[in-house]
Amino acid sequence: MTNDRMLVYVSFYAALIAALGLFPLFNIPFLGGVPITAQTLGVMLAGVMLGPVRGAVAVVLFLFLVAIGAPLLAGGRGGLGIFAGPSAGFLIGWPVGAFIAGGLMRQMKERSVIVSAGVSAAIGGIGVVYLFGIPGLMLLADLSFGQAAFGSLVYIPGDLIKVALTAVIAQSVARGLPSALVSRV
Amino acid sequence: MISTYISGDSWLHRLPAGWKLIGLCIFTMVLFPVESPAIAASGFLAALALFTVVGREGYRRLLALRSVLYLLVFLLIFHVLAGTLTSGIVAVFRLMTMVVLATLVTFTTRMEDMLDALNPVLTPLNFIGISSRRIALAIALVIRFTPFLIALADELGSAFKARTGKRGGVRLTAPFAVLALRTADHVSDALAARGGADGFDNIDEVGEGNTPNDQ
Repeated sequence: MTNDRMLVYVSFYAALIAALGLFPLFNIPFLGGVPITAQTLGVMLAGVMLGPVRGAVAVVLFLFLVAIGAPLLAGGRGGLGIFAGPSAGFLIGWPVGAFIAGGLMRQMKERSVIVSAGVSAAIGGIGVVYLFGIPGLMLLADLSFGQAAFGSLVYIPGDLIKVALTAVIAQSVARGLPSALVSRV
Repeated sequence: MISTYISGDSWLHRLPAGWKLIGLCIFTMVLFPVESPAIAASGFLAALALFTVVGREGYRRLLALRSVLYLLVFLLIFHVLAGTLTSGIVAVFRLMTMVVLATLVTFTTRMEDMLDALNPVLTPLNFIGISSRRIALAIALVIRFTPFLIALADELGSAFKARTGKRGGVRLTAPFAVLALRTADHVSDALAARGGADGFDNIDEVGEGNTPNDQ
């Protein structure tokens, strides 16, 4: 893979995260309007498809655009205010989650794509993201661990759907366009 | 692309982006250890008052951040249940102040200016082979890819509906992924055909001699 191709792929996944925020895949107005967004699906896919470093770079590129004022987070939000809000920890967890998901995907080269993509997405996209998100909530919102963890439970069902989608998409790409599964080439 | 910037000519608009970012950092650090509800509340009121520089449009757009507000309500409920109402109120005011101020910086700073202000921070990336040219190209590609992906999803959805009368939903993810990724491949081929991310003029400088003029 050439450098230029990677530049395009990294931008592609950053754009995918943005598009998933604008495109209401399952923006269920849950619990008084806190949206369950599809954007973490993009984070999981970036890690699983691109591998650790490039996956994380794609997410960082997306967050960078949001930080400088592009309204690309779900609901047309953007700007520095987002990183001061209570969910800032989750956003910081995104690139780390993509990194871990990509690394696991690479570690599990021997296993089938669908299984390793599912496991990587679950650990990176849920485990690692919450590992940052919950302490973020505790720190920024002055909550105890139990409160922050309980509050985050709302998002778990949606996240599990996204893990399943990531596994299925990785499998279809492995069949239909194997060269695009960069983490495996 | 739409941006969150609100045009205007206030002193905050004219203040260099770098100053605004540094000011925001300092203010956040000062605000964080505050534990008195009165100080936290007055900080919030001051931040709201500062918002007058972006006028009514600014307040209207601030309301778009409602989703943060819902979160804050839950936060407060948690604190009430835990019997820590005071620290809950402080936390809510502190968060709201930080969000309002950071949003104000975003509203009064053009994306280009923000990028320029961040240039000194990004320059060290040059050493690991990420030139500012590559960053600019990546940003341009993201901005172009995003509406393309939405249009592609719409197109596949409408085509499926025309064929079956039903919504495609999850069934369309596989064709969507393959089609979209194939387009990304085409884009990188097109980029390569035009000399790659660094362009032909860079090859000139290296002196590989393979420029169009040689033929």
